[in-house]
Amino acid sequence: MAKILGGITTSHIPAVGNAIQKELYDDPYWKPFFDGYPKIHQWIQDHKPDYVINIYNDHGLGFFLDKMPTFAIGAAHEYRNEDEGWGLPSLDPFPGAPELSWHIIESMVADEFDITSCQELPVDHGFVVPMQLFWPGAPHHPDMPRTVPISANTVQHPIPTLKRALAFGRALRKALLSFPEEDAKIVVLGTGGLSHQLDGQRAGFINKEFDQYCLENIVHNPDELTKITRMELVEKAGAQGTEFLMWMMMRGALGDDVTEITRNYHIPISNTASGTLLLECAA
Amino acid sequence: MADMPAFDYHIDIPGTTIFDGKQAMKGYALNKMCYSFNRAENREAFKADEEAFMEKYGLNDQQKEAIRKRDVLGLIEAGGNIYYLAKFAGIFGLSVQDVGGLQTGMSTDEFKDYLKSQA
Repeated sequence: MAKILGGITTSHIPAVGNAIQKELYDDPYWKPFFDGYPKIHQWIQDHKPDYVINIYNDHGLGFFLDKMPTFAIGAAHEYRNEDEGWGLPSLDPFPGAPELSWHIIESMVADEFDITSCQELPVDHGFVVPMQLFWPGAPHHPDMPRTVPISANTVQHPIPTLKRALAFGRALRKALLSFPEEDAKIVVLGTGGLSHQLDGQRAGFINKEFDQYCLENIVHNPDELTKITRMELVEKAGAQGTEFLMWMMMRGALGDDVTEITRNYHIPISNTASGTLLLECAA
Repeated sequence: MADMPAFDYHIDIPGTTIFDGKQAMKGYALNKMCYSFNRAENREAFKADEEAFMEKYGLNDQQKEAIRKRDVLGLIEAGGNIYYLAKFAGIFGLSVQDVGGLQTGMSTDEFKDYLKSQA
């Protein structure tokens, strides 16, 4: 049976892709951000996961408003990174794991989560920036795991509740643990956040106190966070801070017993309070 | 479509437009045009003839006027969603800090200082 090694969260700001391309690791603006990742690189090197479940939110590349799935699961042999409208160079395709995808889809639907399966899914910065951060040179890192993308809707309200996101993660845990590949090692990513708002007169809104509250509770007390309503989340985390949903989905997949290996929090990167967190599952 | 407070809808968050079903219906043509800007050939076609491109996507007068004026708040009012509008802003090489400044009446540098001040 498969094993879940742990979960890693990170912000997925588009500007990070650009900073990586330009190797701005020691630039004074970027250093406090990139300093959050070496411990994660070490952990990944020590554990070498075979599969990475990348829980992110699409921002208008893979999906449009014509059809907007609340929860979508990739089931492709590979995932192409494409131009998001800014003319930036695209990365090479990421190798998929369709047999794991279909196992997850079967298990989730049997568990009464009605998901959308995607045999083609172009992936945007929400998916690729975390891969680049955790596996430098992705997708050509020598230990690059095969991947299953899972996207949740945060583009258009109604978005899922935090309670549903956590429950989704818990059902995902059941699915992963029952994957019948001996000793398969899986890591789960939750990408996006933390507080930020891009639109309206309140653009630029960041909320350190609320982010710290979320970071504290997500480690050992994620159920506490399910009391936050969606509109309260918009109010306190900013209109795009709703991406915290992805962190909750990841958290649900890890089980109750986790150890925090590292965290980092920095304001601002681009318009965003950036955060990263690595939680290891009990053996 | 009526407001549905029972569904956690529409509390007033100053300076924030909740992009819900009402906005999604209102802004569909505008957002569809901006979504098309994922492709370079559509960005080029827009630059070559903005009016014809807007006509092709069926934008209404309010949306056309906001596009002509590069009025980000006007585009949101007309049903635009920021993730698609970011692709429109990208045509002009605008960053999210530029767009933040445009919406808050700050220069880009003032907006960046505002972000830093919240650390």
